[in-house]
Amino acid sequence: MENQNIENIQFPKDLLDEVQRITSLFPEGKQKSALIRVLHIAQAHFGYLSAPVMDYVARLLLIQPIEVYEVATFYSMYDTQPVGKVKLEVCRTGPCMIEGAEKLVSYIENKLGIKDGETTEDGIFTLKTVECLGACGYAPMLQAGEKFHEHLTEEKVDVLIEQYRLNPVANYMGQE
Amino acid sequence: MSRKLLLNNVHVEGIHTYDVYRKNGGYAAVEKALKSMTPEEVVEEVKKSGLRGRGGAGFPTGMKWSFIAKPEGVPRHFLCNADESEPGTFKDRYLMEKIPHLLIEGMILSSFALGCEQSYIYIRGEYMYVLRILEKAIAEAYQNGWLGKNIKGSGFNLDLSVSPGAGAYICGEETAMIESLEGKRGNPRMKPPFPAIQGLWQRPTVVNNVETICAVVPIVNEGGEAYAGVGIGRSAGTKLISAGGNINKPGVYEIEMGITVEEFIYGDQYCGGIKNGKKLKACVPGGSSVPILPHYLVCKTAEGTDRLMSYESLAEGGFATGSMLGSGGFIVYDEDQCIVRNTWNFARFYHHESCGQCSPCREGTGWMEKVLHRLEYGHGKIEDIDLLWDIQRKIEGNTICPLGDAAAWPVAAAIRHFREEFEWHVKEPNACMTRNYGLVTEKIFEKVNA
Amino acid sequence: MSEQIQQIKVTIDDQTIMVDPGTSILSAARQIGGNVVPPAMCFYSSLKGSGGKCRTCLVEVSAGSEKDPRPMPKLVASCSTNVMDGMIVKNKTSDRVIDARKGVVELLLINHPLDCPVCDQAGECSLQDLAFEHGASHSRYEFERREFDQIDIGEYIKLHMTRCILCYRCVYIANQLTDNREHGVLKRGDASEIGTFIENSLDNDFIGNVIDVCPVGALTDKTFRFRSRVWYTKPMDASCSCGKCSGNAVVWMIGDEIARVTARKDKYGEVKEFICNDCRFNKKELSDWKIEGPRQIDRHSVISANHYEKAAPIHTPLLNKA
Ligand SMILES: Cc1cc2nc3c(=O)[nH]c(=O)nc-3n(C[C@H](O)[C@H](O)[C@H](O)COP(=O)(O)O)c2cc1C
Ligand code: SF4
Ligand code: SF4
Ligand code: FES
Ligand code: FES
Repeated sequence: MENQNIENIQFPKDLLDEVQRITSLFPEGKQKSALIRVLHIAQAHFGYLSAPVMDYVARLLLIQPIEVYEVATFYSMYDTQPVGKVKLEVCRTGPCMIEGAEKLVSYIENKLGIKDGETTEDGIFTLKTVECLGACGYAPMLQAGEKFHEHLTEEKVDVLIEQYRLNPVANYMGQE
Repeated sequence: MSRKLLLNNVHVEGIHTYDVYRKNGGYAAVEKALKSMTPEEVVEEVKKSGLRGRGGAGFPTGMKWSFIAKPEGVPRHFLCNADESEPGTFKDRYLMEKIPHLLIEGMILSSFALGCEQSYIYIRGEYMYVLRILEKAIAEAYQNGWLGKNIKGSGFNLDLSVSPGAGAYICGEETAMIESLEGKRGNPRMKPPFPAIQGLWQRPTVVNNVETICAVVPIVNEGGEAYAGVGIGRSAGTKLISAGGNINKPGVYEIEMGITVEEFIYGDQYCGGIKNGKKLKACVPGGSSVPILPHYLVCKTAEGTDRLMSYESLAEGGFATGSMLGSGGFIVYDEDQCIVRNTWNFARFYHHESCGQCSPCREGTGWMEKVLHRLEYGHGKIEDIDLLWDIQRKIEGNTICPLGDAAAWPVAAAIRHFREEFEWHVKEPNACMTRNYGLVTEKIFEKVNA
Repeated sequence: MSEQIQQIKVTIDDQTIMVDPGTSILSAARQIGGNVVPPAMCFYSSLKGSGGKCRTCLVEVSAGSEKDPRPMPKLVASCSTNVMDGMIVKNKTSDRVIDARKGVVELLLINHPLDCPVCDQAGECSLQDLAFEHGASHSRYEFERREFDQIDIGEYIKLHMTRCILCYRCVYIANQLTDNREHGVLKRGDASEIGTFIENSLDNDFIGNVIDVCPVGALTDKTFRFRSRVWYTKPMDASCSCGKCSGNAVVWMIGDEIARVTARKDKYGEVKEFICNDCRFNKKELSDWKIEGPRQIDRHSVISANHYEKAAPIHTPLLNKA
């Protein structure tokens, strides 16, 4: 979503229902507990968490905008700057490192012509190194959207990138 | 062959669905508890079982449950800690993904025992697909009358839901998790008050790890005493070990506590030995936070006795020559691995994950990372080793939450056991760079650019 | 009164005092006064939730209580640990405490800009005092220090994040004095910063008090005149009739002119009566105030020793850049 103008920021009906459902999982007056999940939904829907998006979420949950900013900047999964359509999050922590995660990262960097944290010019891929994703026994690995890709090799990465290039919908929310 | 109590049915086709789980004896423990036990009796069985927390600290679960405050008219909450972010640990994901109903069954039993009517599973945000598996299973449990109002006519009500995090290791610390569940930054709280008195929304709260909660199911099914009979001494029952690193068969194994470390590393039904016929160099037996053991202290204790997979045996020798079972994240290093690089990597992790609330951890973790980086990349000084020792000592024990300790211990242990390797990095920066991963990366770079 | 509260006994550095149950070790120490009082950078009596973060107030508990006289294994934060009957605490008399405190100070300073000569807070800065007492003579930190740009948050307040020690006091006070907090802590770890995220000005009537609760010079008064001559200001107790606050303040004079206005702080640097923005930022004429007399400074401040009359000695450890 390119247009981050405040008037255009509005969840469609199905997402508003989802927000309603999530809020109802918590007792009366504790709707702030829904914040983290609602931010995931907002990020998936709007692409990233711009200030107007966060203000919108604050209004939905009847909290102050700063309460949203504080949370959005604390957790590493949230992007407060634009990112590519497909975020390749490669685990770089110890167990993955000793199984070759660092080589894998530079392989992807070279293949896509971007460095860690950057987005390809066509806006499709963002490469991000992340800390342990709980897949250490299946190293090296990366996560794209909600999906875990494990036991990676350079060949597997080639195939993955090709697939996502053709169908760049990894940062979806919900079932495949 | 050691006994399995959690994973016995994991390979049954479709066990993640309600019908198959039920056909294989699922929800029998809830049936039994609701029909024929009082909440106090469930707590009593858990006490008798000797079950200890599987999240890392190993605190006796029954005792933890007995601390919960029960003020009149105040709701209490039971929370499952599915944040699983300790490097090396991936067993909770396996449990939840393969047998989600086991966790739900454990949640019902535990909530019943504690008198909680609204329970939550807090799962790390990166496990969003597992959250969806759990939500599906929870919906099935509601449909079949295991959740909701007046469960199976017992008068017990329970609402259960899943709530995600969004990328923060610190939210595994139970008070940070509570803050996060309240929709806030994951800053750990000062203790006291403990969650058992003032937890979620200031109400009495108990937090347990996924595996701990799952273990309540066999305890109720077979009785606390039967459970206590499995395992060894105060390490009762079975433990899931996430095995990773340079081994032939990485994965999640359920072991009966008390098997030898040697059997675990080299045995065919477990790790199957070191990969590529290499030699064992070191092992981190309980997740990145616990002290690393050099090869000569892995299978044997300093006394020369066999080291066992148990809370006590892994800790034997204290920090001087022992380690901890921790979360069961078992990381094996072969002879080619660089201890300095690994220590730097872990230090970077803790630096990245510090919440930043208290000064020793906020400032000290970054400093350690920088000094280690310098050492690893051949710009270190010999005094850096003592400096590192000093920084970790300033952090340890002086912080709000144990993340500070978790950041300090791996550095301390690496220096304690591998000081020579650190010195070598200073004296022979070029030699050590030849087996340094950074260099390997650069070689690839050349190849691609050529 | 018949329902006298049963007081309990606590001994700190060999001095014994009776206090009410529920008293923190820090507050018991303050009741004794003098050398037994641990430094406190983040705790603030009137701010709910404050304390526990800076770790400068760590003390050793060598006996937990009369009933259970075992020592506590770890040092504890005196600001957020309550005394028990018969507790024995060591502050200055514990080598472990002195060592740990030295460590905390060193860590607090690794990313500090050490710009005391140009800082408005110099002379009344808790960090400067702390460094003076516990700091090493040079820093062992050889990496680039964290840096942030100075920003204006609103018409009156400047945020110099580089100096911030993340005590969270300004966040708690905004929670407490205003209905909708506009600034907070962003990011995490050592990247954490105080900020508003979007350019936002803090404009609540009482928001100026963030300046007074800030233990360092991170939040400063933009209306402070003659900042270059901070060393020469002379504090006077003054009052005015104000509809919004008590009107009791301190005016900092240079000659006959008012350079700035602050609330009155006690000897632990805490404000008991917060003042409104009007008094703080807009009343800069002598005619606005009734001068009551020179302010009694009884803090152990680096500068108070000089009675604010002449330029302060600037040979504090902070300034000996490594
Ligand atoms: C920094 C830190 C991270 C932690 N991460 C986790 C975690 O990811 N999962 C977990 O179950 N416990 C974790 N713990 C331990 C929890 O605080 C808590 O002890 C545990 O959830 C209690 O459950 P148990 O008694 O069943 O083990 C962590 C603790 C700390 C200090
Ligand atoms: S020890 Fe680290 S993670 Fe824990 S509260 Fe302090 S800064 Fe936060
Ligand atoms: S700006 Fe001042 S008051 Fe606010 S957190 Fe930083 S040091 Fe504390
Ligand atoms: S270290 Fe990469 S998934 Fe755990
Ligand atoms: S004053 Fe106690 S920790 Fe800061």
